[in-house]
Amino acid sequence: MPRDLAPGRPLSRPRNLLIRGGTLVDATGSRPGDLLVLDGVVVSAGPRVGSGPAGTVVLDAEGALVAPGLVDLHTHLREPGREEAETVESGSRAAAVGGYTAVVAMPNTEPAIDSAAVVRHVVGLAEGALCQVAVAGAITVGREGRALAPIAEMAALGVHLFTDDGTGVQDARLMRRALEYASSLGVVLAEHCEDASLAAGGHMHEGEWSSRLGIAGQPAEAEELMVSRDLALCRLTGTPVHLLHLSTAGSVALVRGAKASGLPVTAEATPHHLCLTDAAVAGYDTVYKVHPPLRTDADVAAIRAGLADGTIDAIATDHAPHAREAKEVPFDQAAPGMVGLETALAVALTELDLPPHEVLALMSWKPAAIAGLAARQGRPLAAGEAANICVVDPAEEWVVDPARLVSRSRNTPFAGRRLRGRVRHTVADGEPVVVAGEPQR
Amino acid sequence: MSAAGHLLSVADLGADGIEEVMRVTDSFVEVASRAIPKVPALRGKTVVSLFFEDSTRTRLSFETAARRLSADVMTFSAASSSVNKGESLRDTVETIEAMGVDALVVRHAGSGVPWQVAGWAPSVAVVNAGDGWHEHPTQALLDCYTITRARPPADGPRPLEGARIAIVGDIRHSRVARSDVLAFAALGAEVVLVAPPTLLPASLAGWPVSVSHDLDATLPGVDVVYVLRLQRERMTEALLPTLREYTATFGLTRERARLLPEGALIMHPGPVNRGVEIAAEVADAPGSVITRQVANGVAVRMAVLYLLLGSGVDLAA
Repeated sequence: MPRDLAPGRPLSRPRNLLIRGGTLVDATGSRPGDLLVLDGVVVSAGPRVGSGPAGTVVLDAEGALVAPGLVDLHTHLREPGREEAETVESGSRAAAVGGYTAVVAMPNTEPAIDSAAVVRHVVGLAEGALCQVAVAGAITVGREGRALAPIAEMAALGVHLFTDDGTGVQDARLMRRALEYASSLGVVLAEHCEDASLAAGGHMHEGEWSSRLGIAGQPAEAEELMVSRDLALCRLTGTPVHLLHLSTAGSVALVRGAKASGLPVTAEATPHHLCLTDAAVAGYDTVYKVHPPLRTDADVAAIRAGLADGTIDAIATDHAPHAREAKEVPFDQAAPGMVGLETALAVALTELDLPPHEVLALMSWKPAAIAGLAARQGRPLAAGEAANICVVDPAEEWVVDPARLVSRSRNTPFAGRRLRGRVRHTVADGEPVVVAGEPQR
Repeated sequence: MSAAGHLLSVADLGADGIEEVMRVTDSFVEVASRAIPKVPALRGKTVVSLFFEDSTRTRLSFETAARRLSADVMTFSAASSSVNKGESLRDTVETIEAMGVDALVVRHAGSGVPWQVAGWAPSVAVVNAGDGWHEHPTQALLDCYTITRARPPADGPRPLEGARIAIVGDIRHSRVARSDVLAFAALGAEVVLVAPPTLLPASLAGWPVSVSHDLDATLPGVDVVYVLRLQRERMTEALLPTLREYTATFGLTRERARLLPEGALIMHPGPVNRGVEIAAEVADAPGSVITRQVANGVAVRMAVLYLLLGSGVDLAA
């Protein structure tokens, strides 16, 4: 629904919107209603909101859910360093198409986001993004696991999440010090749980399939060892820990026990780990290579149970775009990772036996709180709130076509899959960045 | 061969397919005994050996087979190719396909590469000449052929019915073992894997085998002992303490070979580490069919190429 703009006038993005005819869903519950946004702020939500001033853009929400925008705790935007795979702009566009109004950009770029200078650079790149881009910082210099990165300096620039994602902090003493150091700063350390020595050389889950296919595997215990260690360090330091992309039944059980004993731990799981297994690797298609690797049916069941009972707090994409060349090589040489931003909500709605408002909780207001973005993201749909909103038709079915992804990369494991639930509109900070499924810029 | 016109896995063949290859192999063994061991079956066809991993033996065996069938043979070896200039595997394969070739014989250190190649070059017959730790189907075919033709006829409907075969050594990293297990079991043999636990796959779920860690106890009951090559780098991965200890516990030494029943066959896929996994005298003993495996390899590969590319051509010509 593009608006006519007089030629020669500077682009003015519409900020007055009427989202009409949907069901409003947020942390407070759900009810039918319209939403009126003026100048980027929700002014009225409910059955009778009026029509707004002249020029107000109307977005149709008939049959759809109107919810706070999704928040991704785990996005690889690849910039700086791997712009052939993704940029901040292209990744933010993919995010918007997927219903996201905020993403946390992982620091495993080249160079790594491990200093105030690189944080400033990426924040600058994010100025033109189609959604809010929060920058995560590295825990250690160069993500090398040897020396603490300047966490306080980065925190002063607004960085809330710190991680060496792509690898775990292997040295227990260093991780302990990082947690202690961070404890006074109000930030969260997030761990990619993988014991490097036990996982070494593994390109898929170690088990029946890796043995048959002749591919070196990494056992579930490589993840569980570090989950276990970090829960112990969380107990030792009292500092919150967020565990990235849990993938094994053992990890879910460990986190469940830790939460029961009151430890300040949160956890996420990806869309692919809640529905795909290592059997997908049977044809050696490198699109199924990912870290942590796809696991077994029992692990998938445990991830789903963990999402249903609150052990796992959030669904995060681990959107990991890769250029064609990085995947069109032998399996053991292929880059690990899958794109996910544009399919995550539909996969969750299709695969999980959860009502839509619970799926939205896992993808919007709960991750917003973990990311430290709760002031403007995942907010109730109420007067005075920033207009970060997604409108999703939970019943629309569609087939994933890699060629139609707006990400720069095509490495989706869901190609050809029929999914239920499609994002219709996304409003980021009052701007309709996606209308009727199409990005507006 | 498989419906797709490739030979990627022993599983593509099944028992019937393996027996068909063995029947055709018989006629090529006869060809090899002629004064001019050559037939025009694949005249005008181009077979490319695409070897990303050094393997002079397997490459020469395939190339000899293709030449004896009168095919044109091109050799691609990674060391002298554009692979070293950063070309992607897919680009390499598509470039060769575009030259209009009929078959690609693929060897690669990465498991699964022949499957990828078959996907990228749909108009070409792909033969797996060994992929990583995964499979080596023509080795399994020549092993089946060697065993069946060296033994009295089976006492059941399948050619290896009643045969008991021990595969000894580094099963975990062995493409030969994975293909042999599938092939031997398909033909009715009883297969026992003999290795220290560190050299077995992480999981044997679904494998039609039993396992032993005691070679001395296993040898008296087998008809065939199949010894695998031990790569020396296994010591650096903490899979074994020393070569000496391996030889002492799992090597087919001269003393151990005496435990074999009369007439038992001794096999090895080559190249042999004499004195490590097998004693030199044992490799050359009367029960050893190691050189027969090599000779049969050419005829088996002729049969495979013929069945993929030349069916319908009169072999008597």
